[in-house]
Amino acid sequence: MAVTAEPVKADLREPAGWRRTKSRIATALMVLSFVVVIIPLGFVLYTVIAKGASVVGWSFWTSGTIPPNVLPLGTGGMGAAILGTLEITALATVMAVPLGVLGAVYINEYGGKGALASVVRFMADVMTGVPSIVMGLFIFSIWVVHFGFSGLAGAFALGCLMLPIVIRSSEEMLKLVPNSLREGSYALGATKARVTLTVVLPAAIGGIVSGALLAVARAAGETAPLLFCILTVFTPNYNPFHGPDTALPLQIFSNASSPFVGAQGRGWGAALTLIAIAFILMIAARLITARFVRYSR
Amino acid sequence: MDSEQNVVKAELPKPAALQDTQRSEAAFSGEGAPVFDAKNVSIFYGSFRAVTDVSLTIYENEITAFIGPSGCGKTTVLRTLNRMNDLVPGARVDGAVDYRGASLYAPGVSATAVRRRIGMVFQKPNPFPKSIYDNVAYGPRINGERKKSRLDEIVERSLHQAALWDEVKNRLNASGLGLSGGQAQRLCIARTLAVEPDVVLMDEPCSALDPIATGKIEDLMHEIKSRYTIVIVTHNMQQATRVSDRTAFYSVLRDEKSDTRTGVLVEYGTTQQIFEDPHDTRTQAYVTGRMG
Amino acid sequence: MSAVTQVDPAIPAGSTRALEARRPLGDRSFHILALGCGLLVLVILVLIAITTSQQASSWFSAEGFKIFTNNWNPGANQFGALAFLYGTAITAVIALILAVPVSIGIALLLTEVVPRQWARPIVYVVDLLAVVPSVVWGLWGILVFAPWLQHIYTHIASGVSGVPVLGPLFGQPVDGASYFTAGIILAFMITPIVTSLSREVIATVPAIDKEGAYALGATRWEMIRGAVWPHSQGGVVGAVMLGLGRAMGETIAVALVIGSSPEITSHLFAPGYNMPSVIANQFGEATGVFRAGLMGLGVLLFVFTIIINMAARGIVERSARRHRGA
Repeated sequence: MAVTAEPVKADLREPAGWRRTKSRIATALMVLSFVVVIIPLGFVLYTVIAKGASVVGWSFWTSGTIPPNVLPLGTGGMGAAILGTLEITALATVMAVPLGVLGAVYINEYGGKGALASVVRFMADVMTGVPSIVMGLFIFSIWVVHFGFSGLAGAFALGCLMLPIVIRSSEEMLKLVPNSLREGSYALGATKARVTLTVVLPAAIGGIVSGALLAVARAAGETAPLLFCILTVFTPNYNPFHGPDTALPLQIFSNASSPFVGAQGRGWGAALTLIAIAFILMIAARLITARFVRYSR
Repeated sequence: MDSEQNVVKAELPKPAALQDTQRSEAAFSGEGAPVFDAKNVSIFYGSFRAVTDVSLTIYENEITAFIGPSGCGKTTVLRTLNRMNDLVPGARVDGAVDYRGASLYAPGVSATAVRRRIGMVFQKPNPFPKSIYDNVAYGPRINGERKKSRLDEIVERSLHQAALWDEVKNRLNASGLGLSGGQAQRLCIARTLAVEPDVVLMDEPCSALDPIATGKIEDLMHEIKSRYTIVIVTHNMQQATRVSDRTAFYSVLRDEKSDTRTGVLVEYGTTQQIFEDPHDTRTQAYVTGRMG
Repeated sequence: MSAVTQVDPAIPAGSTRALEARRPLGDRSFHILALGCGLLVLVILVLIAITTSQQASSWFSAEGFKIFTNNWNPGANQFGALAFLYGTAITAVIALILAVPVSIGIALLLTEVVPRQWARPIVYVVDLLAVVPSVVWGLWGILVFAPWLQHIYTHIASGVSGVPVLGPLFGQPVDGASYFTAGIILAFMITPIVTSLSREVIATVPAIDKEGAYALGATRWEMIRGAVWPHSQGGVVGAVMLGLGRAMGETIAVALVIGSSPEITSHLFAPGYNMPSVIANQFGEATGVFRAGLMGLGVLLFVFTIIINMAARGIVERSARRHRGA
């Protein structure tokens, strides 16, 4: 005799009301967080571009002397500041990048699991968090007090800022180089220095350069360290090793607090130039990563 | 031990499975000069004894195969021969390893100099991310060779020896990473041969390759045997019978008390003897378990 | 029989001499060079501590513990710095309250919600926040944002006047530059770093734990609370602390929008000052004990951020290690 039983109906609906709503609210909040971030970013970029676009131009970028704040727009430009930024940032890069890469080489290739390497890695991380103003005060105390203001002092300060960033990003890149490449080189009778210089560094160079470019972008935008190291002048200084200098961020800083429209306008133009420089460096870094980072089959 | 395992030529009937027309009987009439002499070698990683009490002699211009189940230490022993184990922190070698009469592990011996004479090909092909030319020229360059004409010569010769020249001669500047598995491994072999080593160690060189690529590499091993001494680790017994003159069979010793596994050399003899007439029951179990 | 390599053709292969060589000079010097560069980090940190303290010593000796009083009057030779410590704390707290939920929200969005191909553009946008230099935030902040905020502040202040807790907290603004404005701008600036570090931490949660929660029929939010949060809370705390350190040390943007008033007022829409911004604004004209005082604020800032960063990195590393082994 067949017993007909009701087939059990599975309840496949979404979990009941409140649980589902809670999850939806959470997701909505997460999306909202992102939107909250886009708004000020868009606002800033829009303002800088809108107000700066009418100011910048060839004469703005190349004119030598920076006019006093009272003068209206159209006279003079930020050429001296651009020159200063380029000089000082280049000097800082030339100092910080090789030293940083070698420091990363020590941590990753020579230090291994040793205590000293861990301490260096840890303190490099900590050093990335030291405020840039402290770097400025440091170079002031150790250099400017004895040797005066100069682009070089500014470069030291920016270099100190860049060093831990370059170390950590280069170390990450070196870690990515597969060990099989090192072994292949050792097996051919290379010394450790040769293995590092002829196989490991060339393999990692794409990522290292990309990381360095990001550090340069960061340094180019820094103001606080320069405040204490280069003073602020208004004429171009072609010798960064001697005498006070100026740089884009410094000019923006002084123009921002000025009540004069001309000065503010020049400030916007300088801000647009600075953001453009940082942006170009960032894009270059991404392109290099995409194209050149490939280690093994 | 060695004299007992000398094969008597010509009288022995060869089972069909072992026939290998490429091996010349006449050339194998005894042993050449000893190249490596290992006496009671034990290898430790920290306090863990990975391999225990290995003694054997590797002879000149022969291909010697190390076979055995996984974990038996055959790769560890191989890497001891060119001091690659130095790169592992905590690795230690007890006993004597002599290379042509000179101790490899004496204080004052430079591992770098050792590796220039004893080259190594790895399991997974590891071409440098450089051009094919630069891959092969790497070794000579770090040895100081600068002249372009000499380097061109060396690159061509090595690629010929590695049976790769015809396939890449028109694209020497292409990246080494763009080659197929078999080609990349031959590139690594060319790279190793470019420094004209005395010995070439091979750690399962074909395990990552398809059968056709494997065949090409086995052919090239026969070609270069007359100029080099080769030691190959392989987990493929057919390969051992195809290419090697002598075979060393390793196995695993399990210590019940401490639950550790240590590698041990069970038997070492001519390949013919190991596969046709193994003396140790473990050897017999291993070679018959897989054959046929 | 192959020839011995070109390096030493005359030495017969059998002799030990061929294998011996001292470690070549080039190899050893490279090692030393790399070691030196690694040590440079430690050397610089020590030098920072020493040289800045030296320059600040006259302040410490002149004021002693009075540096913690609210009494900053350079004209009368008084340098109690409590106002700046207060300002630093307040602006950092505001920044954290605003930035942390947003950053964690974005981090969760990236790891749990969006499909892989949308993650990249979102990360780019967040990174763009970091590319904007501090001084540009300040320029925009003081010329555009602050005037706009002033209206909002005025409305809020009149709205809550008389209300017990909120009234005194949100008084009438003088103009847009204030503690609160500085806090908002700081929030924009620290969001990228807190987001990216939180994301790294959250991404290390093993997929198997998340799948386990889903397999039990959990909704996404329940999975996050049950599987993701316990694993990553340590790391996220570390990320937040790093954001705190950053917020305390940001100078130029704050200097432009905080209002530059060295007094403690309890209401957030009033102008104020914090440590890095007073140093930046007043260093140029300072001499003697005044300058030493500003330098001393820098020393305090250095010590605080070092401690916070060490604790933060320690926490992040410890939570990562604990879960790597799990």
